Amino acid sequence: MAEASVTTAGASEESHATSLGLSNEKLGMWTLLGSECLFFGALISAYLIYYGRYNGQPEISPALYDIPFTSVSTFVLLMSSLGMVLALAAIQRSDDRGFRIWILSTALMGSVFLAGQIYEFTWFVEEGMTLSTSPFTSAFYVLTSFHGIHVTVGVLMLVTLWARSMTGRLTSEHADVVENIGLYWHFVDIVWIVIFTAIYLIPYEQVTG
Amino acid sequence: MSDTDHEEHADHPDSSQYIVIGIILAVFTAIEVAISFASVPSGIAIPALIILTVLKFILVVLWFMHLRFDSGWFRRLFMFGLIGALLLYAAVISLMLYASGNQQV
Repeated sequence: MAEASVTTAGASEESHATSLGLSNEKLGMWTLLGSECLFFGALISAYLIYYGRYNGQPEISPALYDIPFTSVSTFVLLMSSLGMVLALAAIQRSDDRGFRIWILSTALMGSVFLAGQIYEFTWFVEEGMTLSTSPFTSAFYVLTSFHGIHVTVGVLMLVTLWARSMTGRLTSEHADVVENIGLYWHFVDIVWIVIFTAIYLIPYEQVTG
Repeated sequence: MSDTDHEEHADHPDSSQYIVIGIILAVFTAIEVAISFASVPSGIAIPALIILTVLKFILVVLWFMHLRFDSGWFRRLFMFGLIGALLLYAAVISLMLYASGNQQV
């Protein structure tokens, strides 16, 4: 009987690990993130190609970008990554209260970032920079919107983690789930680190003349 | 697991180290924004912005995503996608510079 239960436990562990001894879920998440690098790389490249062709039309000028406002959004998203690792550290040491505080703070910071993006889009549209104004504006909206969708999915997952913790269905035994969702959240953050520099900060007009 | 692969969860940083990394990220972002507002020549500003972005990227990936402490397999998977994206990005930048050179001629 004891032997049978050991065998069952062993089988259960094996179902969560690859032959390399790695977690299937974590391996899957890293594979997803690797492919997402290519996805966002293609979108950023498309934006740069069309940037070179916008020909300084005033209604779609990158001068519309409000860098101080976006800098604050960027700072909030960066700090949300800090909140995520602190949430993970909390659940790994069985600090449920600390976990709930940090995971909710992270979701809140993600929501602030999204609200900022919606405000920015609204302002751009009022200034005449819409999705269909030119290929350049399409590339801008597709890139930033796809990132925004990723942030939205991340916020929903964070709120789900918080709700599961509140109902006692997420404990330190499930720290691997939190870690995998954390990986996704940090990826969303590093993509924005690149987008912020590539779109908002680099003065291409000085390069292209 | 092979010897080259670190054991999962081994020696993860503690909360104080995470906070230090967070402060460094905030400082780097502030420097980036300051560079974009200052009248820095593009020959200096652009390399500086790229270096700061790469440093921020590396800090988040190695410490917050624990790639520094996790299995080498995860590193390889991520690097595969990242190198592909960087090659694509480099090709586009080269095309942009080539096209702008032709326009000036």
